[in-house]
Amino acid sequence: MQGSNLMTDVALKSRLDKRPIQEPTSWDRLKVNKNWLGLWFMLPAGAILMLFLAYPLGLGVWLSFTDAKIGRAGEFVGLENYEWLGGDSTFLLSVFNTLLYTTVASVIKFAVGLYLALLLNERLPFKAILRAVVLIPFIVPTVLSAIAFWWIYDAQFSIISWSLKQMGLIETNIDFLGDVWNARWSTIFANIWRGVPFVAITLLAGLQTVSPSLYEAATIDGATPWQRFRFITYPLLTPIIAVVMTFSVLFTFTDFQLIWVMTRGGPVNATHLMATLSYQRAIIGGSLGEGAAISTAMIPFLLAAIMVSWFGLQRRKWQQGGDND
Amino acid sequence: MTDFTRRALVQGGTALGAASALTGPALLDWAKAWAQNAAWKPEKGATLSMLRWKYFVQSEDEAFVKLIDAFTKATGVKVNIARESYEDVQPKASVAANTGTGPDIFWGLYSLPHLFPQKCVDMTDVADYLGKKYGGWVDSAVKYGKSGNKWIAVPICYSGALINYRLEASKKAGFSKFPDKTDAMLEYAKAMKAQGTPGGMALGHASGDGNTWVHWALWAHGGQTVDAKDKVIINSPETVKALEFAKTLNSHSIAGTASWNDGSNNKAFLAKEVHWTNNGISIYVAAQNSAKDVAADMDHAYFPIGPVGKVTELHLMYPALAMTYTKYPQACKALIAFMLEADNFNPWIQSAKGYLTHCLNAYDKNPVWTADPKNTPYRDVAKRSLTAGGLGSVGEKAATAIADFIVVDMFANYATGREDAKGAIAIAERQLKRIYR
Repeated sequence: MQGSNLMTDVALKSRLDKRPIQEPTSWDRLKVNKNWLGLWFMLPAGAILMLFLAYPLGLGVWLSFTDAKIGRAGEFVGLENYEWLGGDSTFLLSVFNTLLYTTVASVIKFAVGLYLALLLNERLPFKAILRAVVLIPFIVPTVLSAIAFWWIYDAQFSIISWSLKQMGLIETNIDFLGDVWNARWSTIFANIWRGVPFVAITLLAGLQTVSPSLYEAATIDGATPWQRFRFITYPLLTPIIAVVMTFSVLFTFTDFQLIWVMTRGGPVNATHLMATLSYQRAIIGGSLGEGAAISTAMIPFLLAAIMVSWFGLQRRKWQQGGDND
Repeated sequence: MTDFTRRALVQGGTALGAASALTGPALLDWAKAWAQNAAWKPEKGATLSMLRWKYFVQSEDEAFVKLIDAFTKATGVKVNIARESYEDVQPKASVAANTGTGPDIFWGLYSLPHLFPQKCVDMTDVADYLGKKYGGWVDSAVKYGKSGNKWIAVPICYSGALINYRLEASKKAGFSKFPDKTDAMLEYAKAMKAQGTPGGMALGHASGDGNTWVHWALWAHGGQTVDAKDKVIINSPETVKALEFAKTLNSHSIAGTASWNDGSNNKAFLAKEVHWTNNGISIYVAAQNSAKDVAADMDHAYFPIGPVGKVTELHLMYPALAMTYTKYPQACKALIAFMLEADNFNPWIQSAKGYLTHCLNAYDKNPVWTADPKNTPYRDVAKRSLTAGGLGSVGEKAATAIADFIVVDMFANYATGREDAKGAIAIAERQLKRIYR
């Protein structure tokens, strides 16, 4: 017993003797630095982000400064593409269309989505089934629902025109996709139909995190249903609303499939969105540089949308107990 | 012997089982003999991959696969066929040409080889051989196929777009056949609409139907996007005349043409809503299967002649090209030559039921054009077609202008009353000037 203790002492002593205590170098410090280690753990994720997000984005921006065609690298032309687009009535029209499409569709999607969420949050018979049913438009592949809407809006075979005609309400078919404003409202309606479930179900999830005791307390204090919504539900829901609406605006702004299947941007470019025009010019028309410029021109709008929702809706200090600034 | 089997195939029609039993071994024997005598000997161990536009009629593709099988059995060269929607062949080919990898053979749309003429295998020997053997190439095919003195692609076929119209309604309106002059066509459209049997042509972004008819209308009135030196000359009194013609025509048409895509007029015609339109033969083929009364009561006609006094039609051409990066150029040439030999081409084009038209004069004799007289107008589309870009070059610029719907939008802008003639032309001119700079 005693002997073995002694032996370890000797062993320890000799090891300490060999390596005298010295000031740790900065490398030694770095080796045990948790942040340094963390950097290495983050590298794979960072590399993936660089490769699949930053690089394509940077490449797109770079292409927008060149006159590249499909299959051929272009030369740097500076802002030429943007100058050209500034005077291109089709492009300006597509910006207008995109803003209209996004604003109208997002506002209605939010209103209808919130209404549905509140409704589904109540005690309803067959609640589970109803919630599943609401999701259906979201589950159907976009292309399929676009084709369905294309038939619904068809100039000759529209079920709506047919029904109204059978009822004797109209004489001729409604020109859903051939008239400029009809086409805009029709595509917006299709987008709303498709986007509402996402908003509704996400807001419903948010609603369920609101503690019932708050409502109970408010009810005891004599709050009306509107007051309960205005002063309990809405404030507690704002963070979720911010996230949902950011996503909803981004999805709507970059919508492509619905428009491409239903109108290809027609009639006379009245429903061309920036995304569809970019595709038409870059891939079908082959002018990669110009198409990239159109896509790049979408970025400021998207950033603005994100900023508004982030800073406008999320920075509520009172939610964490502070004053509202 | 070959004549007999070809006839047999005609009679077999779509009954492919019976047809293959008859022609299979004969075709193979012939293919083997051909491979031994052909000027192009495939490299040892060659395999080819080919990207083609996706077929419109199943029977065409089946006949094509059979033809390729015979080639493989005769030469030992395995061929992989990939199919893409015809609009997607061009971007893929461009990327392949730029990166130097991809399918050996591309079979795409009209100006495809002119996007990268230096990357195409010289096909002059193949084109000369076929031209000499089969009565020469039609003019437009030469323009599409050649870059300078060199053939950079072999024109395989056209797909025609002509007038489709209903017979009885036209007779009732006082026209025993479709008018052959543009003025008369306006009267015809007016009369047809007045009696409740209107027609119409697409003014939406319909790549095929929209582009073919607006280019015809522009050219028929002497308008041109560019001159022979690719200088933009769209802003002309002739263009205004063409726009006015189209606006009047559209006012005598069924409502909704501005929303039409390539399929809209097909279904409206088959549903008896539309009584005249421009289209490939697809309406007729579909009607024979599903609406026999429509098929019996319809016919095809050339586009009417306009004030310029000559034919100004535009049809789609499908050239096949081999990329210079291929390891087996001789195999590519052999395959393309093999496709266009009478014993392969005749049954193949027959199986396409009139969708596709040859570019070699000798194939005028193919029975598909005369067996049903309603097919006959489509026999001549290759001869009647002008090339993309009109007077100008057939290259990338013409392709971009068509793909970007510049002329379609110009007509739609004016015909729907969104812009006056000056404004509609100015928008098109600005875009064209950028493309042709």
